Amino acid sequence: MPNEVEARCIEEFRKTPIGHHSKELQVILNEMRGQPMKDKYCLVCTKPNREWQLAKTTGVRGKPVKMLSKKFTRLEDAEWYVFKQRWKLSRGETIR
Amino acid sequence: MVKITGYADKISATPGETIKFMVNSESGQRYRADIVRVICGDENPDGPGYQEKVIKAPTNGNYKCRKQVIHAGSFVEIGATDMLNGLESFTMQAFIWPSTPEKGTQAIISKWRDRDKAGAALIITKENGSAALCIGNGKGKIQVVNTGKPLIAKEWYFVAASYDAKSKAITVVQEPLHGYQTRGDHGTVKRKSTVGKIPRHDCPLTMGAYFKKVDKGRTVCGGHYNGKIDSPRIANRSLSVAEMVALRTWPVATELGNAVVGAWDFSADIMSTEVTDLSPNHLHGKTVQLPTRAMTGWNWTGDEMNWTNAPEQYGAIHFHDDDIYDAGWEADFELTIPKSMKSGVYAARLRSGNNEDHIPFAVRAARGKPTAKVLYLMPTASYQAYANEHMNTDSTLGQLVAGRLVELDKFNLFLNEHREYGNSCYDTHSDGSGVSYSSRLRPILNMRPKHRMFIGATESTLWQFNADTHITDWLEAMGFDYDVITDEDLHYEGLSAIEDYNVVISSTHPEYHSKEMWDAMDAYQRRGGRLMYLGANGWYWRIQYHPEVPGVIEVRRNEDGIRTWEARTGEYYHSFSGEYGGLWRRNGRAPQRILGIGFTAQGFDISSYYLRNPDSYKAKVKFIFEGIGKDEKIGDFGLIGGGAAGLELDRADRALGTPPNAYVLASSVGHTDIYRVVCEEMLLNMPGLGGHESELVRADITFHETQNGGAVWSTGSIAWAGSLAHNNYRNNVSRMTKNVLKRFMNPKSF
Repeated sequence: MPNEVEARCIEEFRKTPIGHHSKELQVILNEMRGQPMKDKYCLVCTKPNREWQLAKTTGVRGKPVKMLSKKFTRLEDAEWYVFKQRWKLSRGETIR
Repeated sequence: MVKITGYADKISATPGETIKFMVNSESGQRYRADIVRVICGDENPDGPGYQEKVIKAPTNGNYKCRKQVIHAGSFVEIGATDMLNGLESFTMQAFIWPSTPEKGTQAIISKWRDRDKAGAALIITKENGSAALCIGNGKGKIQVVNTGKPLIAKEWYFVAASYDAKSKAITVVQEPLHGYQTRGDHGTVKRKSTVGKIPRHDCPLTMGAYFKKVDKGRTVCGGHYNGKIDSPRIANRSLSVAEMVALRTWPVATELGNAVVGAWDFSADIMSTEVTDLSPNHLHGKTVQLPTRAMTGWNWTGDEMNWTNAPEQYGAIHFHDDDIYDAGWEADFELTIPKSMKSGVYAARLRSGNNEDHIPFAVRAARGKPTAKVLYLMPTASYQAYANEHMNTDSTLGQLVAGRLVELDKFNLFLNEHREYGNSCYDTHSDGSGVSYSSRLRPILNMRPKHRMFIGATESTLWQFNADTHITDWLEAMGFDYDVITDEDLHYEGLSAIEDYNVVISSTHPEYHSKEMWDAMDAYQRRGGRLMYLGANGWYWRIQYHPEVPGVIEVRRNEDGIRTWEARTGEYYHSFSGEYGGLWRRNGRAPQRILGIGFTAQGFDISSYYLRNPDSYKAKVKFIFEGIGKDEKIGDFGLIGGGAAGLELDRADRALGTPPNAYVLASSVGHTDIYRVVCEEMLLNMPGLGGHESELVRADITFHETQNGGAVWSTGSIAWAGSLAHNNYRNNVSRMTKNVLKRFMNPKSF
């Protein structure tokens, strides 16, 4: 279970995934976003400002970016999805 | 995936001049080419929309598809001569600083015919990363004799290999110049040849790679070496180790000198592509694909930082397997600019099925015959610095500075896979060294309309060329006539390229300038010219163009500034000119001196807005705020991060050179903590340098008068242009820009 501070950060991120953040949330985001490039989530823009496909970089020069099946029509939804995935990976907890 | 790409031999042309277009098309039988005027490259449906206009041009039409490839990787080529072709016994030797000894076969000095594996080469072997001699008899027998002692990356060694045709004796020497006594990477190995006679052949001598073939006039090599080579030598007999040592330096005793076939001095022609042989044989050569010169050599002492003062300590060339200067493609079509073609930003649009590419270029007015009072300075030096950047896939910093997931487009995916298209000056080479040179003689796929770049903030996610189309779009929408020139024109022609115009308008991010460009802009302002600086982080890095070959810039990321890599100590001076590189601020010319403002902070998530300062109510600057309310937020809207103040920000600072007569009209507020103060402001690191806390994280809008009726108006934000089109161009960013432009076009004094 996320502790009280983490729970506040999760809610804060859910409401505002991109923009002004509290120091506590920023620390969490720095950890998530600063990960190495191997298997790191990114987005491929498939329709300008209307559709993005989830993908992962490989961290190896020349090796193709891995396209995943998930698509989003809002950047915020993509951020929230990836946040939950990363939370699960690093903390073993599922955010609903 | 991208199936069509191209580039042009020139970045700008006047009516009557001809531009050649080179195209690679791997899809279908034919492709369609049309010349278009680029108006707005932003595809965001929430903005003015993508706009280009097809121009009647004699080259518009269908062309046959063909694949054209890039052969990346630099080397030195010495043309074949009897002197080299006929060598039976020999010694090859050099100082080397290998940067990736583990990567596989890499040729140091090579006289090799790859077709039948004939000849000899001093190499680093794929077996164990040690120095080796490779010989082949042309009949299927290859022998590699290596020292068996893996080289340590980025340390200097003396390496040599000799072969005696009569006795078949082979000697390979590997002598470290470092002092790691316990490492055991010293070795001398003696063996007998087992391949029989090495046949003579007339393939060129190469250094930094081995010769493979000639493809449409281009020498193609394999076994590209990463690292430095210094003082390469060839002798016509098997030298003793003592003689090898004697031959390291030049001149040598006559007796030994008689054995010398070639003794190359890479310090002799640092500004050039020439390579000089000191020996009486004059086996001079050329560098190919611009390896990096003015590199510290094996004997660099650290006492001298400027290669022009001690060239003998800068006898190293750094070769990279991903260097690219000229793709060398064959031309598909040539456009002679018609007299009727109005000055502007254009592109050759290439289409094949669903595939599309644009090759941008500027059409200038005829020299000395401006067609408008306003000139847009297209920042092609900055486009080149960013050319084909790979930060989005290579660097962990992407999501941290963007404050969100990195967003890629089709060009990014292609460039990640096609490293032969070369790097930007933000990238590192495959061996981790910084990229100092960037050429436009290759497809530059992020200098394109429709391109999105991950640091272009939310919304339209624009940067450089495509962001700049919001300036040309605005000029067109507001009905202002304008001419266009490029950085390269300003560099080569100086003041004469701009002096006939009342107003010069900058791009969103004119970051890279040569001294020639800087001096021209300074003189323009002093003589009454007026500059509208619609961006930020401008006039920041010093660059230089190559004195001999066209279309390539050099940047040295020296001791300070926002850098994605750092020049190695002692390598701070441009090889193209001998000038000290790095920040203009560290060259005594902080941007505040020429713009009123200079780089202060950056962040790439969302943008913000400005509030007016007391200076903005003064009578002198009333014209700037005509129609703008006293308490209006300026630019709290926009397609680049949702505001006019964003991405990179500039501020006024008297101590850095903001003129004492400058008005600081407005300042931005409310930036996120993704925004951080630039490195050069930090003498020591400390907390409190983010957007939430530091007053240095802000954009200032300034105005100041220069001599003879000149003036400068600066907006201090890369995002400014993204707000111009808001609400059908009826907004306070557009209004202020228009107020200034109209007044600046009027030659009357302020």
